[in-house]
Amino acid sequence: MSEAVDTGGSRIHDIGYRRYEGTNLGRLYVARSLYTHGLRSAFGLGRSAKAKIFPWIMVGLLGAFAVVVAAVRAQTGEMIVGYQEFQQVARVIVIIFLAVVAPELVSRDLRNKTLPLYFSRPLRRTDYALAKLAAVISAVFLLVAGPLTIVGAAAAFSVADVSGVWAEVRGLLGGYTMIAVLAVIHGSIALLIASLASKRAFAAGAIAAVFLVLVPIAQIPHELAHGAIGQLSLMISPDGMVDGLQEFLFGKGDANLEPGYRIYYGVGAVALVAAVVTALITRYRKVSL
Amino acid sequence: MPLIETTSLTKAYPGGVTALRDLTLAVEPGVIGLVGANGAGKSTMIKILLGLLEPTEGSVRVLGLDPTVAADEVRARVGYMPEHDCLPPDMIAAEFVTHMARMSGLPPTAARERASEALRHVGLYEERYRPIGGYSTGMKQRVKLAQALVHDPDLLLLDEPTNGLDPAGRDAMLTLITKIGTEFGISVVVCTHLLGEVERICDTLIAIERGHLLRADRVDAMTTGYDVLVVEVTEGTDELIAALRARDLSLTVDGHVLLVRLDAEDTYDTILRTVADLDLPLHRLDQRRHRVAELFADSSTTTTRPEAHHV
Repeated sequence: MSEAVDTGGSRIHDIGYRRYEGTNLGRLYVARSLYTHGLRSAFGLGRSAKAKIFPWIMVGLLGAFAVVVAAVRAQTGEMIVGYQEFQQVARVIVIIFLAVVAPELVSRDLRNKTLPLYFSRPLRRTDYALAKLAAVISAVFLLVAGPLTIVGAAAAFSVADVSGVWAEVRGLLGGYTMIAVLAVIHGSIALLIASLASKRAFAAGAIAAVFLVLVPIAQIPHELAHGAIGQLSLMISPDGMVDGLQEFLFGKGDANLEPGYRIYYGVGAVALVAAVVTALITRYRKVSL
Repeated sequence: MPLIETTSLTKAYPGGVTALRDLTLAVEPGVIGLVGANGAGKSTMIKILLGLLEPTEGSVRVLGLDPTVAADEVRARVGYMPEHDCLPPDMIAAEFVTHMARMSGLPPTAARERASEALRHVGLYEERYRPIGGYSTGMKQRVKLAQALVHDPDLLLLDEPTNGLDPAGRDAMLTLITKIGTEFGISVVVCTHLLGEVERICDTLIAIERGHLLRADRVDAMTTGYDVLVVEVTEGTDELIAALRARDLSLTVDGHVLLVRLDAEDTYDTILRTVADLDLPLHRLDQRRHRVAELFADSSTTTTRPEAHHV
């Protein structure tokens, strides 16, 4: 059955319906494709020009900040913001970024009722949740680690000897570690909140509220109370958890914890992320189609 | 091997609602109409076939596979078009269908090729490079169909594919479904509450009502079987019913009209004689083709005519 069909100017050679004889790649490929799709969408790639504006403004802001830090370092040799502290400065931008991107990744599928299309395919519900989670964590990591790399590169070129370069590389790796911590903790919490709201505006508001409101709630007892309450209250906010974990991992930071309490932040962070990921998976197990 | 086979299939939801009761059927490949009123259990049936819901009792086989055990294998070979809107408005149709092809496991290049082929088969050409948000209902239905078709399934499950379409759009969609069933060689299950719509495109009809199976059979078996005589008397209808039943005639009552199955040479004479014996004023006696809708009415035990019977 071969005929040429005229479709308003352009001629299309109609070869009829062809069965698909090629390979069907498995669940792992499908999950990886969903992850890539999510990561690209987070930066507006494959979407309308309008969707690209916001994420790239965020990238631009952090990039500009990194260029300033790098320039100061190259000119004066002074680090105005350390490798590990870079993520603290970036946090406001990360939270705004998450308030837009997490709903983009999951609330949109709820709102458009696209989930039945996914779950009627070999992809499993847990695969969906974990692919989206990996995408949001990677997006935050790239958003912050990219600009930090500019700082690291500028610093590495401005030092005199090889040992100096190694010191910068070690510092940069420490910075990456903290960015990864921030991405995992903040990303998973933001995605869980977004997965519960089908309206993007609600999801965005809830994410911003949870991250910003909890900061003073955690900080006030930490400043005022003595003993265990004051030492552990930072855990209430995601920001405080990241700060506490930084002291646990590197033995220094701005949380001002007594060394004996640092371990609780290590355990607490793992428990928090485990609980959030479990809740996320449960959410998609139970989601009505 | 039957395309779909169920044995005593029952689905009860936790709230106490039983969506499907003791459904046993087996249908062969082809174009199958799954007909029933809203709430009859059609969507529940589809979700069980896809392995998205587990039956409470009984067993089900799709393409020879059990979706409760081999859900992945079943889903890889089945395409599903939901009843409701399910498309992201800000995505370009070609991109969306490509993405869905990859979600079915097609490698990137194959996904792109199959997506544009699928969109072309459903009748979307240059429009496929525009965002879905600007599409008409008819175009959206076509995109929904394309994403179900993109991975070349062996079975398509279409839930109310003509929903929201104008008469011309309905005809185009039904023609497309016929083409998929015949030219493409893909079996199709069409869920609808409009029997008249699928009657002419289906090989097989399954009628369900409030979770019960009314009838599942081939359409030609239903329509070529026999004709009916339409009898109407101006008074004494009840007497006539009793008298005809006493003479072992199979009949159904449709308002003031009696439909008597014409399955013997002397049925015509028997009716005339009965009317004469009772001395009733005969208003009408004509022969007509048995319509599918009346056959379902035969099997129906309820007195109210379900929505599915409106043609």
